[in-house]
Amino acid sequence: MSSRNVVADIPDDVRIHAKKVRHPMRMLAAVVLLLLVVGIIIDGAGREAYDWAAFGTYIFDPRIVQAAGVTIQLTVYSMVIAIALGVLLAVMRQSPNKILGYISWVFIWIFRGTPVYVQLVFWGLFTVIYKTINVGIPGMEPWWSFGTADVLGLFWIAVIGLALNEAAYMAEIVRAGLLAVDSGQVEAATALGMNWRRTMGKVVLPQAMRVIIPPTGNEVISMLKTTSLVTAVPFSLDLYTRSRDISSETLNPIPLLLVASVWYLVITSILMVGQHFLERRFSRGHVRRVSRSAGGAEKSQGVTKLIKTVPAFGADTGENGDRR
Amino acid sequence: MSELMVRADRVHKVFGRNHVLRGVSMEVKAGEVACLLGPSGSGKSTFLRCINHLETIEGGRIYVDGDLIGYREQGEHLRELTEKELAEQRQDIGMVFQRFNLFPHMTALENIVCSPMTVKREGRVKATQFAKELLEQVGLGEKANAYPSELSGGQQQRVAIARALAMRPKLMLFDEPTSALDPELVGEVLDVMKGLAESGMTMIVVTHEMGFAREVADTVTFMDGGVVVEHGTPEQVLVNPQEARTKEFLSKVL
Repeated sequence: MSSRNVVADIPDDVRIHAKKVRHPMRMLAAVVLLLLVVGIIIDGAGREAYDWAAFGTYIFDPRIVQAAGVTIQLTVYSMVIAIALGVLLAVMRQSPNKILGYISWVFIWIFRGTPVYVQLVFWGLFTVIYKTINVGIPGMEPWWSFGTADVLGLFWIAVIGLALNEAAYMAEIVRAGLLAVDSGQVEAATALGMNWRRTMGKVVLPQAMRVIIPPTGNEVISMLKTTSLVTAVPFSLDLYTRSRDISSETLNPIPLLLVASVWYLVITSILMVGQHFLERRFSRGHVRRVSRSAGGAEKSQGVTKLIKTVPAFGADTGENGDRR
Repeated sequence: MSELMVRADRVHKVFGRNHVLRGVSMEVKAGEVACLLGPSGSGKSTFLRCINHLETIEGGRIYVDGDLIGYREQGEHLRELTEKELAEQRQDIGMVFQRFNLFPHMTALENIVCSPMTVKREGRVKATQFAKELLEQVGLGEKANAYPSELSGGQQQRVAIARALAMRPKLMLFDEPTSALDPELVGEVLDVMKGLAESGMTMIVVTHEMGFAREVADTVTFMDGGVVVEHGTPEQVLVNPQEARTKEFLSKVL
């Protein structure tokens, strides 16, 4: 718990007070870049094309605020579906059943291997390609039948299109997280009588989360911006498409580009704060709280580090252990 | 005290083309401490892991407290147990690992209450009370809220022992419990195991601690090349070994 300055304990006659090395070139580079940035800001503030008055008019325009809400909804819904599907695909990849593994692999291959824009155009045409969906046995009267266009609005087509693409990436992220958990953890849980579901839920996934969350945060932020492609569906109520539509009326596109950019930046920043707290929650047990005397803490660190860096022992290789 | 807790009958284990166990038979009476010794690759750890079916076996039978492990006899045939049935068998068999395998995202106390609460559906109050008693018993009463990364190797292993005991097992398996420890931390773990042996727990211990084997074990089994080479009291196996391979091994480790 001690946070006091231990350097003060060093006797004055041996304590080092050395002059720092100077780095004039670094200093110069910093000053030049700073001047450049200030120049760009001053220039941008006065430049007519940016039309800051129009920016002020539209930044809180009800249509823009509503579009920002739609963009957040697109992001949240598609990420929730993508994460759930990604976990399923990752677990399928690990399954002892080969067929489940191959199906997962093919899904990832297709949805990661084609551009998301192309996929969104395809899903936009989905209701044309498959006008009705029949549930039942082929060749017999369907038990249940519905028109796709009645059920799937453009918003949900956009969500599904984004989610299926993202699920392929999430599957790989989740798989990396599962692989990062030491196999001894599964053994310990199994030996304690936990079944597979409890082992996953209580032991493996909480530890995998530490590895999964940072790249997932990236994916959420990336998804927020990818929603601007839903115009391919064509869905037009998201932030970017909406601001384009407004600017096509006003014939003044640049301020609206800035408006959309500022909204994207603000939402991204909020997401980054959320990610920070999630990461802290799932780093439990990994951030060391020093609570003992300095010597003891150091010793235990040495031991834990040693254990973590020793490659996994096989079932029967401990012969070089301590002997008496 | 004379009833059998573990009966292994001609157990075979194959990893790919590697015949690791070649007919291992062993009996451990209730309340006994059995030490398994042997050189690297002798199959002693593998055999231990077969007892709670962490490894499947390809031949022979293992019974714990009269129950066939891993399978059910249906007339002439054996049927594999379901995941649920296996989990139930394992609840009665505690296991302590060489590398502790504590759950790093849980405190010492959470590690101990985790399986009684999720598997046996014990209430939090009851589970916590028993966990605290166990922590006292292994000498770590004040470390209940420490995370594994904040504990020394010896402390982690003692928590791991308490975690296994929390399921109130009939049998405890120790897989080289002190091999990953700094030399000065070995004693504290062995002391806890000694106390456990004195309390009457049936234990099978794979170890290189000859002092522990001589002092605490009721029987010592020496394995090499996937077979039992010599079996007897510590006196018989460690002091007056009959087999050449046993003598050779002991001359190297003592």
